[in-house]
Amino acid sequence: MKSAVLVFPGINRERDMARALKLASGNDAAMVWHADTALPAGTDLVVVPGGFSYGDYLRCGAIAARAPVMDAVRDFAAKGGLVLGVCNGFQILCESGLLPGVLMRNAQLKFVCRDVHMKIERSDTPFTRGYNAGQVIRVPVAHGEGNYEADEETLKRLEGEGRVLYRYCSPEGVVDEASNFNGAANSIAGIVNERGNVLGMMPHPENHVEEIMGCTDGRGLFAGLAQHLKAA
Amino acid sequence: MKARVTVTLKTGILDPQGKAIEGALKSLGVDGVASVRQGKVFDIELAATDKAKAEAALKAAADKLLANTVIENYRVELLS
Repeated sequence: MKSAVLVFPGINRERDMARALKLASGNDAAMVWHADTALPAGTDLVVVPGGFSYGDYLRCGAIAARAPVMDAVRDFAAKGGLVLGVCNGFQILCESGLLPGVLMRNAQLKFVCRDVHMKIERSDTPFTRGYNAGQVIRVPVAHGEGNYEADEETLKRLEGEGRVLYRYCSPEGVVDEASNFNGAANSIAGIVNERGNVLGMMPHPENHVEEIMGCTDGRGLFAGLAQHLKAA
Repeated sequence: MKARVTVTLKTGILDPQGKAIEGALKSLGVDGVASVRQGKVFDIELAATDKAKAEAALKAAADKLLANTVIENYRVELLS
């Protein structure tokens, strides 16, 4: 696995992400600056980490989505390369047109920073093969704009094509209003694009990968990716 | 040339910030507030003097960056 972590001004989770990637694959991730116009040769995974790119000015992720490096990411994704966007990274992928829909203000207008539970909807994707379908994992969230919304037709397509990979749920795995803390449509926590090679998710799996963090539920995502890219 | 681009949420898109402002206005006792929708205003100075070119540039600016057309509408006005 040769991963590249994008770095924009105002991003703050890039080191956590690089650490999780190294833990899973044994390889150092390349840190790629937003003004670069190419990804390192041989890159097989691009990660857009969380944080507050450009201070969330204009709209979350809007300015980062138009950075020079994003053209290279679009080309990479068009060729089938794997792209993972977490939190602000999810917002950037939506703003860049790589994923449909938009992340609006949390329905309760509050920034939420705590652990939540999410259900793995299917295990037959590079992003979920480290888990079992139906498995519930605990992951931290930290966002004010994570309320995923899309028009009705888009939501229908996402559901119909099995493109919702992660959904907020109770610790017991029940998807209900009470566990949908940010008001996201259909409790959506993470989706993939049509081709299934670009994932955006609001929770931070990279912050639950080591014993010292109190939970290692996030490991499966990175282990699965490493396994997938080793096999490829 | 001075111009103004106004970006507003499309009808039907939930606007929790507008709702919060609406509630605050009502609690202040401001009379007759039926509803509030929040938007953004961009005042832009252009080097162009040609009206058509200026409008085209502003439209490009709005489409490419200022508005997320999934959820927002925009209006372009030339002020002088």
